[in-house]
Amino acid sequence: MNRLKVELPGLQLKNPIMPASGCFGFGKEYGNLYDLSLLGAIMIKATTLETRFGNPTPRVAETASGMLNAIGLQNPGLQSVMENELPWLEQFDVPIIANVAGTETADYVEVAKTISTAPNVKALELNISCPNVKCGGITFGTDPQQAHDLTAAVKEVSEVPVYVKLSPNVTDIKEIAKAVEAGGADGITMINTLVGMRLDQKTGRPIIANITGGLSGPAVKPVAIKMVYEVSQVVSIPIIGMGGVAETADVIDFLSAGASAVAVGTANFVDPFICPKIIEELPAKLDELGVDHISELVGRSHRL
Amino acid sequence: MIIQDRMRVTGQQEIAKNIFEMKLTGKLVGEISSPGQFVHIRVSDSFEPLLRRPISIASIDKEKNEMTIIYRAEGRGTTMLSLKREDEEVDVLGPLGNGFPVNATASGETAILIGGGIGVPPLYELSKQLTANGVKCIHIFGFQTSDVSFYEEEFTRLGETYIATVDGSKGTEGFVTDVMKKIGDEFSTYYSCGPMPMLNAVQTTYAGKKGFLSFEQRMGCGIGACFACVCQTTEGTEKPYVKVCSDGPVFLAGVVSI
Repeated sequence: MNRLKVELPGLQLKNPIMPASGCFGFGKEYGNLYDLSLLGAIMIKATTLETRFGNPTPRVAETASGMLNAIGLQNPGLQSVMENELPWLEQFDVPIIANVAGTETADYVEVAKTISTAPNVKALELNISCPNVKCGGITFGTDPQQAHDLTAAVKEVSEVPVYVKLSPNVTDIKEIAKAVEAGGADGITMINTLVGMRLDQKTGRPIIANITGGLSGPAVKPVAIKMVYEVSQVVSIPIIGMGGVAETADVIDFLSAGASAVAVGTANFVDPFICPKIIEELPAKLDELGVDHISELVGRSHRL
Repeated sequence: MIIQDRMRVTGQQEIAKNIFEMKLTGKLVGEISSPGQFVHIRVSDSFEPLLRRPISIASIDKEKNEMTIIYRAEGRGTTMLSLKREDEEVDVLGPLGNGFPVNATASGETAILIGGGIGVPPLYELSKQLTANGVKCIHIFGFQTSDVSFYEEEFTRLGETYIATVDGSKGTEGFVTDVMKKIGDEFSTYYSCGPMPMLNAVQTTYAGKKGFLSFEQRMGCGIGACFACVCQTTEGTEKPYVKVCSDGPVFLAGVVSI
């Protein structure tokens, strides 16, 4: 028995560990360091219809046990991702989850329609939660009706299951979760970053050129755990949990909170080998907990 | 090849005010291919501070498997690094980036190396390698004040060395450009590392000359994945942008839009 194997809509995962979108590029840099086939899946960097150059620098600032970023969805655009990035990833035995972003519904639909036809793209991750772009992104993620309608529009054209990435920057994340489930989402990924700021001590001015950035890293984990705990009790679709995962113990927490699989984000910058390290450590952790299969841990925080 | 190495500290001393020279040994040294490459150091085994610190390599000794880094203890992370003592281990990722092209200057030719503040260290290994190749090196360094200047003797052993300080407490009062004007432009190549305004001034003064500039930028991952350290390129350059960590930190003068 493979103790780490997880099945989710569209995804046969060897293990529940995957790098989170935006923290792994399109895999090339990490592919120089280890065999990407070790990973459960790869969530590639957000792809938009057109090429995007992103925000001015500085784009990152360190904070207590975390960091702020405002990259601004820099990516080479749909055509280049289809022609260069995705074919390169085909050499690895690993399902790709394509993060889809845009400014308006028509952009999302067009990217989803095309990118879901790539042979190694097994699921989409609808990015309605990027806090660092002026239009689109998070505006879809903070209004239940808009989130529902966008999900439905993308579901209509996608060749593969659609996961929706939720923003924590809302009053009640459960409402958004229920709305995307009603819109036909096959799964939820959560959480994206929390909007924050850091000021320069000398000048008093914001360090990040975009003024605000998205907070990630171990600092946000308690917020993410709470939200996964809440959302997993009000929807019946699976959750891929993320937010501050930096070591094996964090993965156990996300599964216990109600996630079926776990993504690792900022920790890839701290230790580029963190994903394979966690995967290697998981079986011993299951032994420690007296658990045969990893799925037994899912939702145990609220299971009766 | 980039590796993650737990390197052992073999030396640590303050060589100028808040400027530390640290020696590290480990197999990572064997992977270093050119002067101007850098390493990404995790100063704590906890998540506080979270990110690694990019620090340039000042010199390498492949026989002893040892490298020297010189850094300014300025923020929390570098201050923690400065507290590491001999025989302690440090998590180092590297070598990273593309360094200075030593072969761009032929034996018998002259190279000018211009450094500003904490941009001076990578020029030391560069000067050693150029000098070993029979290149005549002239060094021009700028510091804020005399008490933060370092390695004058080491560089003087390799070639003519001129210092400028903003307050005039050592060498010429003013900036590296004030020294550059006196030296003239009888050289074949220039190499420079320092703050952006200095790089801009150097590039402008030596317009038309062959030169290589090493840039500094806030980084996340250090390996090209996070897109934190991108710079726009100038018109007519093949790529619309470059990543300082993985495409650089050294670029041909004129490529990066300053």
